[in-house]
Formats: sequence, structure tokens, C-alpha cells
Amino acid sequence: MGTETILEVRDLHVRIASRRGIVRAVDGVSFEVPRGGALGVVGESGSGKSMTLRAILGVLPPEARVTSGQILLDGVDLVQLRSSEVNRLRGPKMSMIFQEPMSALNPVMRIGRQIAEGPQVHLGYSRARAAERALELMRRVGIPDPERRFRAYPHEFSGGMRQRVMIAIALSCDPEIILCDEPTTALDVTIQDQILRLLTRLCRESGVSLVFVTHDLPVVAQVCQDIAVMYGGQLVERGEVREVLLDPRHPYTLGLVRSAPDFEYVRDALVPIPGSPPSLVSPPPGCRFHPRCDFAEDDCRVSQTPLRLLPGGRATACLHYERCLDAIAADRGRP
Amino acid sequence: MSAIGAPADAGPASTGPLAAARAQRRAGRRWYRQPALMAGIVILVIVVGMALAAPLLTSYSPITQNLSASLLGPGAHHLLGTDQLGRDTFTRLLYGLRLDLRIAFIVVLFPFCLGTVLGSLAGYFGGWVDAVIMRLVDIVVAFPFYVLVIALVFVLGPGERSIYIAITAVGWVAYARIIRGEILVAKRQDYVTAARAGGLSSLRIMGRHLLPNVITQAFIYAMSDIVQDILAIVTLGYLGLGIPPPTADLGSMINDGQNFLSTHWQLTTIPGLVVVVVGLGLSLVGDGLADLFRPGR
Repeated sequence: MGTETILEVRDLHVRIASRRGIVRAVDGVSFEVPRGGALGVVGESGSGKSMTLRAILGVLPPEARVTSGQILLDGVDLVQLRSSEVNRLRGPKMSMIFQEPMSALNPVMRIGRQIAEGPQVHLGYSRARAAERALELMRRVGIPDPERRFRAYPHEFSGGMRQRVMIAIALSCDPEIILCDEPTTALDVTIQDQILRLLTRLCRESGVSLVFVTHDLPVVAQVCQDIAVMYGGQLVERGEVREVLLDPRHPYTLGLVRSAPDFEYVRDALVPIPGSPPSLVSPPPGCRFHPRCDFAEDDCRVSQTPLRLLPGGRATACLHYERCLDAIAADRGRP
Repeated sequence: MSAIGAPADAGPASTGPLAAARAQRRAGRRWYRQPALMAGIVILVIVVGMALAAPLLTSYSPITQNLSASLLGPGAHHLLGTDQLGRDTFTRLLYGLRLDLRIAFIVVLFPFCLGTVLGSLAGYFGGWVDAVIMRLVDIVVAFPFYVLVIALVFVLGPGERSIYIAITAVGWVAYARIIRGEILVAKRQDYVTAARAGGLSSLRIMGRHLLPNVITQAFIYAMSDIVQDILAIVTLGYLGLGIPPPTADLGSMINDGQNFLSTHWQLTTIPGLVVVVVGLGLSLVGDGLADLFRPGR
């Protein structure tokens, strides 16, 4: 308690050993999440978003590991802690909501007991008191008839209901930050909206911070104040969400908003980003986006592109971000 | 596939027959609709019932000798005759069955538990834990089941305790392999990552989250394992490595009767047939229950 920043990630590197070589899944990512704030992390599949989340939580797959960097949760560096110490923080301090509510619930365990398990283990609740807590949480996340649903199994629930259960589990030990890994991707659009509203309302009510990983830009705009755009394991742009999405300062972000339907960014047609994401075993030298970038110059192919601060607390990794301004103006100029 | 051979017009409007087929499949899963399972249950109920009710079904003692009535043929007083020491064969059969069934049902539990625990550890932790446990498995698997069991009982000396130890020491490997494989698959599931993300200990994840998901496979195997166990017990008895005389045991009865095979065939043949019937009953029940428990059928 006390600091303004609940989570700070500094220069995080995650490497994965694979048959094709060492994959640099996360390569020097830095960001911070203010207490009570919500940060959206966007990017294509394989850009390192999920790996960043899992590294923070300490649940990387066995072949992946954090090679350098710091993860400061409330001032404590999680990278330096022993796994048993991190284990004690998972639940009461931070928790996670997964993409697939179907597979993230244990199929042979009753819903109520799955929600009650956290309080039993971490808060030292008795079986009966934990069950009370579970019922209260089920009511809070809007599961009708909780007394009866307590004894149900996950397969008896719909997708939206299962995600509500996941939210209840994530909230069960009163965490300070919840990490969401594409929590609405597997849901219908109508359900998606309900779940997002529920999640943001509950987090506002109890002052919980959010890190929200997704590739759905409108969702980020709805839920988050800040946004971090990832490409090829690196952060390419960071800033306040509306500024970044309406007025990008990196050609990749521009490509994302141009290729996303039903978003406020004005354009007459969807424009896909050409090419495919870079190999993270042997990434291109210089800016990782240059092979797909319309604005690339010779220096993009050679020099490193760290995040540079811009006026207004924003940051971009693009050497020629001014060119985005012209492109945006051209987009808006069209009838 | 009920549609094969059906008239063409049954194609789109086949909800009727299809639904019927589905209902039939569902009904086929009901345990009392499986003829093999029912036959096995009937056999087992009769055999186990007779073994349990042994003192009520016969007034003779299985071990008291009566040399004046040795080697009698089947008759009113002695339903299946007597052996060379004048003991009632029917009585010894019942008490022998009682003992062998009891040992079989107990002995199946030990390898089940040991193999499940070691298999879970190997599968969940991997690395050197896995290497050590699986090399142990390889060593045990290198020998045929009976060779190792007989050798172990021979070293430990005949008796009930030796049977438990030997069958456990040899039998656990199958369970360990099954459970390890299942855990290797299951631990990759999201719900295990979610449990880890919830800050649960490895022990709790294994015991409360993984085992309930994988134990069915070990249970299915145990159903067929018990048949092998009862055959092993009878074999050991036949070889004189089982329960020491004069206690009645099917294996030793078969062996004792062998000397009189040409004159009193029933002394060997009837216990042998009982072993066959018991094995058949257990197999039928085991297969039937395995089908019921096997997911997705």
C-alpha cells in the first residue's frame, strides 16, 4: 500500500527454448500500471502479450523463462522471489482471467468449490465460511440462483456464465491487480459487452487495477485508460488510449486501427497490414516492423529503436513517426 | 450407422430413426442393459455370496481331518466328496474361495495407490523425479509378471503378507505408466495453469485438480488387474508358495488333488473350474464397468 504505481515492468526479457532455436518472446518491455488504473496491451498473435502476462504471474510454460528485467508489484521484485513466495501473492495480490472459460475451469469440480478454494487456501477461511464467500461472489458477478448453481459443474454453464465464474474466482481473494488474457475473445458480442461492463464496474468498486491483453481495439477503448502496443516482443507505442488509437504515432498502430472494423478512426476502407509477423528466433535487425512498413528508411533497417518519449506522456519506437501525421491527415481528408 | 440400407427419402427426414438410434445408444450405456456386465454381476454375486455364507452352507470344518472318511466320492453327506485327509471338498472350496477373493480384493488396492502416487509425481514434476521413477518402471517391466512375483514370494517366504508385498512391488508399474501419461496431458490444460495462477500448491493441484481428472483410467485398469491378481494368488498356492497348509486355498487344492487325478478327478477339476468361473465373472464385470466409466463412449 502507498505507492501510486501498483505494477511496474522494467526491461523484461522472456526467452523460450524451442526446436528451431531460442525464441525471444518478450524483448525489453517496460510499462507501469497506476493503482486503480487499467492498461490495455494490444498486438497480433505471437507478439508476446500473453507471455508478458504469464511472466508477471510467474506461470510461464516450463520451456520459457525470464532472462532479465524487473517486475515490481507494489515495489517488490517478483523475478527475485522464490516460487513459493510468488505463490503466496497469487490470489490475494494478483490474479488472472483466462481466454477460454471452458478449459480454465476444472471439469470435475463443482463451481462453488472452485470459487471457494482461493479463500480457503489464502485467507484461511473454513470450508463453510469459504462457501459463504463463494455464494456472495456468485451474487456479485450476477450468477442467478447461486445456491443451486453452487453445486453445478462447469459443463452445465454457458460461456458467459463460465466467464462470470472466472471473474468470481479472480476476485475471490480481493487482489489488487487482475491480469486478463483476452477474456472476451471466446464470447458472443452481446455477452462480451455484459462481461466487460461487469468487470470494469467490479474493478472500479473495489479499486482493483487491470492489465487487459487483447487484440480487440474497441474493447481496449471501452475498458482501459492507457494502452501499450506490442509488436514482435517489443513495445512500439504507449500512451493514453484515445490519443493513441485516434492519433497513432507508430506505423504499426496506424496499421492496426486501419485494419479494425467498427472503430472511430475515420477511413473509407479497411486496410490490412501487408506481410506477416517477424520470426522471434532471428528477428530482423533494426526496427522489427520495417519489412512491413510503408515509411521505412535506411536507418530503420540498421539502428535500434527504443521507446522515445513524446510530449503529452506518450512514447513511440518509430524513428519517423511524423510520417504517421501525414497519413492520418490524408485518411481524414477523404470524403 | 442406421442410415445404411435405408431408403433415400430417409436422408433429410431421418430425425426419427436417428433419434431412436441415439436413445438406443444412451440406453445401451445403462449398466443393467449390458448383457456381459449383467452376466458378470450374476456370477460374482453367486460366487461371493457363497464364499461369504460358507459357515451357513456347510457344517464341516475346512481343516479338521477325518482319516476314516478319506477320498469319498460325491454323495449326500459330502456334496463333492472328501480329499485324502477326509476333509469335505465343498467346504474347503468355499473357504478357499473366501480367502482367495479377500486377498485379491485387498491386493489390488496397494499397487493402485503406489502406482498412482508415483505416476503423478513423475508426470507432474518431470525432470529427474520422472527419470528416476520411470527407470524403476523399466526395471520391473523387464521381467515377466509371474517370474518376478514368484521370485519375490520365494525370497520373502510363503504367506499372505508376502503375496501383498510381491504383487504391489510388481503391479504398481502399470498404474504409474497410465497415470503419468494422463497427467502429462492434463497438466497442459488451462485449468491447471489457472490453478497455478490462483496460487495453489503443487500438492493441492495434483490432489484436487489433476487426480480427479485422471484417476478413472487407473480405475479401469484395476478392473482387469484384479483378474490377474487372483490368478497369481492361485498360481502361488499351486506352487506351494501361497497360504501355508492346512488353510484351504484353491491353488493348493488343485495341487493336492493332482495325485488322485485318475481316480478322483473332481478334487482337481472342480477347484480349477471355480477359478475359471471367478476369473470370467471378474473379467465381465471389469470390462463392463470400464465401458461405463470410459469417457466419450
